[in-house]
Amino acid sequence: MTERPVLAVIGAGPAGLAAALAAAARRVHVVLVDSAAEPGGQFYRQPARRLGARRPQALHHQWRTWERLSEGLVAHLAAGRVTHLSDHHVWCVERESDGRKTTGFTVHALLGPEQERSVAVRADGVLLATGAYEKVLPFPGGTLPGVVTAGGAQAMLKGGLALPGRTAVVAGTGPLLLPVATGLAAAGARVTALVESADPRDVARRARGLAAQPAKLTEAAGYAVRLARHRIPVMARHTVLEAHGRDRLESVAVAALDTEGRAVPGTERRLTCDTLAVGHGLLPHTDLAEGLGCRLDGPAVQVDEEQRTDVPGVWAAGETTGIGGAGLSLAEGHIAGRSAAAHLYGTAPDPGEWAAAARSRTRLRAFFAELDGAYAAPVRWTERLTDATVVCRCEEVTAGAVREAVGALGAGDLRTVKLLTRAGMGWCQGRMCEPGVAGIADCELTPGRRLLARPVPLGVLAAPPEPRRRPGEPTSPR
Amino acid sequence: MVVGAGMVGAACALYAARAGLDVVVVDRGPVAGGTTGAGEGNLLVSDKEPGPELELALLSGQLWSELAQELGEAIEYEPKGGLVVAATPEALTALTELAAGQRTAGVETIGVAAGQLHEVEPHLAPGLAGGVLYPQDAQVMPTLAAAHLLRASGARRETGRTVTGVLRGADGAVRGVRTDRGDFLAPAVVNAAGTWGGEVAALAGVTLPVLPRRGFVLVTEPLPRRVRHKVYAADYVADVASDSAALQTSPVVEGTAAGPVLIGASRERVGFDRSFSLPVVRELAAGATRLFPFLAGVRAMRTYLGFRPYMPDHLPAVGPDPRVPGLFHACGHEGAGIGLATGTGHLIAQTLAGRTTDLDLTPFRPDRFPEEAAP
Amino acid sequence: MNPLDLARARPGTPFTVTFDGREIEALPGQTVAAALWSAGVTSWRTTRGAGRPRGVFCGIGVCFDCLVTVDGRPGLRACLVPAVPGADIRTQEGTGHDD
Repeated sequence: MTERPVLAVIGAGPAGLAAALAAAARRVHVVLVDSAAEPGGQFYRQPARRLGARRPQALHHQWRTWERLSEGLVAHLAAGRVTHLSDHHVWCVERESDGRKTTGFTVHALLGPEQERSVAVRADGVLLATGAYEKVLPFPGGTLPGVVTAGGAQAMLKGGLALPGRTAVVAGTGPLLLPVATGLAAAGARVTALVESADPRDVARRARGLAAQPAKLTEAAGYAVRLARHRIPVMARHTVLEAHGRDRLESVAVAALDTEGRAVPGTERRLTCDTLAVGHGLLPHTDLAEGLGCRLDGPAVQVDEEQRTDVPGVWAAGETTGIGGAGLSLAEGHIAGRSAAAHLYGTAPDPGEWAAAARSRTRLRAFFAELDGAYAAPVRWTERLTDATVVCRCEEVTAGAVREAVGALGAGDLRTVKLLTRAGMGWCQGRMCEPGVAGIADCELTPGRRLLARPVPLGVLAAPPEPRRRPGEPTSPR
Repeated sequence: MVVGAGMVGAACALYAARAGLDVVVVDRGPVAGGTTGAGEGNLLVSDKEPGPELELALLSGQLWSELAQELGEAIEYEPKGGLVVAATPEALTALTELAAGQRTAGVETIGVAAGQLHEVEPHLAPGLAGGVLYPQDAQVMPTLAAAHLLRASGARRETGRTVTGVLRGADGAVRGVRTDRGDFLAPAVVNAAGTWGGEVAALAGVTLPVLPRRGFVLVTEPLPRRVRHKVYAADYVADVASDSAALQTSPVVEGTAAGPVLIGASRERVGFDRSFSLPVVRELAAGATRLFPFLAGVRAMRTYLGFRPYMPDHLPAVGPDPRVPGLFHACGHEGAGIGLATGTGHLIAQTLAGRTTDLDLTPFRPDRFPEEAAP
Repeated sequence: MNPLDLARARPGTPFTVTFDGREIEALPGQTVAAALWSAGVTSWRTTRGAGRPRGVFCGIGVCFDCLVTVDGRPGLRACLVPAVPGADIRTQEGTGHDD
């Protein structure tokens, strides 16, 4: 073991990889802790190795960037500068202190898909690159098998080379719908519609932002070509009213939206499909940051110019600090890795070192702020929910129950609605239903404060804390 | 005017309204936003030694079972009974003595020999010395209970308003409260602010030594009903009665109607520190798996914390404050506020209406502490 | 076109797993969810309240909708767990725990 300081990077997506490479290049020992079997995160999710994919790039965008990250990782792994712990599901990051200041961190992770044993990894600093998950607003029929998140359809395709069915509708709002629709079509699904609630004119009005982003402009043009090539009809300013089917999805009802966000009478159509891939944007994963006591800014972890959180020794980069895509994650990861390396050696970093990444960060944050405005969540969607519509998938809580908690029982915030209805108390701990519940209750989407980032067997919790090994070395599993 | 929309405030509102009073409930947060929303909803007689708190618990238990006739399902009232188990013969002797005293005070107790424990709780660990079953122990879902009692009271609900002052007339008597969004006039103000009751008392110019005692709860994945009663180890009673500021944990395990098993109980005096403590949660898990070994393979889904309103002698403050005419206190119930809420609300309503109270309020007098004992 | 051809995959030898006693074919490296999807199965859980069918929703281990019982072990996320030869995959009903 070296005397190098140890930085635990949690998450091996674009931000985590960029951070790991940046820190490892500055003589920090990086322990890259990630829940997947292969690095890449959601954006660069790789097919399982044993599927023997010889052309995985057919499922991906910006493949050259991935090759650069991947080669860098391989080189650092070979040189022993990075330890990659795959299939490690972090459930808690514990801060240690001598009563006055932080002396280090222990990262607790459950092993493998079974997640029945836990290991502890010691580190001098922690860099959170935990990414994001998909936001899906509820609608009648939304729990039918065959209804999946847009990102979920993509993940199953990229990782498992599997399609949920043959005929798909892609719906919701946001830039993710484009690669999902074209990706499903390229893989052989018939995509009968891309249903986007936003107005293309709003997106076009953001062309000033787009114009400053030649790469983004090219990307957008590329999608237009692919949509045409696969003959995917785009239904802009439309929404899914309801998913139909008995025990699985059979069709969806869609309708046009007027400028007030109301469904236009007479425009309703039924689209036959066995798959509905739906998404309304992304939400940052902030559980580990909240457990550490990091300050949030809205739904995202708050960071400074160096990507430091307000907890000393903890950095955050990528979509956990706000949604902005892979390019922004790379820039933030690089800055965070460089900053962490300097501070872990007790020196002040030179921001000149990451000037290019900082410029790219500024540009991309501005671009995504504008895009976010254009793809703002649809309005009046709650009016289309019947009282029987399931909002909390885990506990099967309906829109009617949420309305009663607000109306008759006086709940005015997410926590009280949860306590009164059980919405958000189930397996997913509210990650899926919170945006929907907040919308119906007309209250703020406040962070859920999930102190355990994943379910943990009580036997694992009950075992005495693992003996601390040398920094960076995982302890034996228990 | 009730300050506090937690369980105790809701019960005060209900019984005061039923005594014919016009009631307004004000709270800076939502309904059940404080300790009520962070609790398990215990209605217990088993953990109380004979004395005024046990009398209040027995009165409250009776009132809860009456309320359950009208609201039982809505508030998830479950008269499931408590089972206290002893690991050693010495602990069993102490437990049996406690139970004998409780029986004299009117508590139903049933001794359970070691060999019968598994008939009562099939999944209990082997090798326990014995236990005592308390059929009167029950449970409600506390947030639902507070919300439904408040609704049933018909009281005006003024949540999201922070009380910034207690208005007093020239004669010193209470005239109402000032909030950040206007004044509310009332001849009587009930301080049901729970853990924050000391702050409300201070606004009226009196001291009331309410301190926070932090507790964590662990919640498991949903399960079939494998834990039938509220089950806890005999040393829990000693922890409840302890004055130590240091961390104490004793396992308290119970199944719920909704499926998850709830695991407590930790007690520590660390002020209003909301940070996560993995060592505390580890101790809770260790205690629970010792009582119920099958839990080792069950997953904890979440953990949360709350602050019990603790008073130096472990008794709540209930009744009029002789130092300020028109000010009443109903707070400081520590970890028993849900269970004791109905009795507290009933007694407060009786005093507000000028009737003779069913229990002697002397032990609960809010001015019973010497001034220097205030924090 | 299908996803395997698109990525020019040359998976190892297929093997069988059982789903509620019925044999289905799976590829090395596939998750239980991917194997079930490829066999045309979209639901493998019923909810503990209304008994409604559920399958994959988020696909990345966040939503826990795809819980399944594999070799007697309940509450596994089908989107994370790899299919292995001979695995006994069963529809998970309710909590997945017997009493």
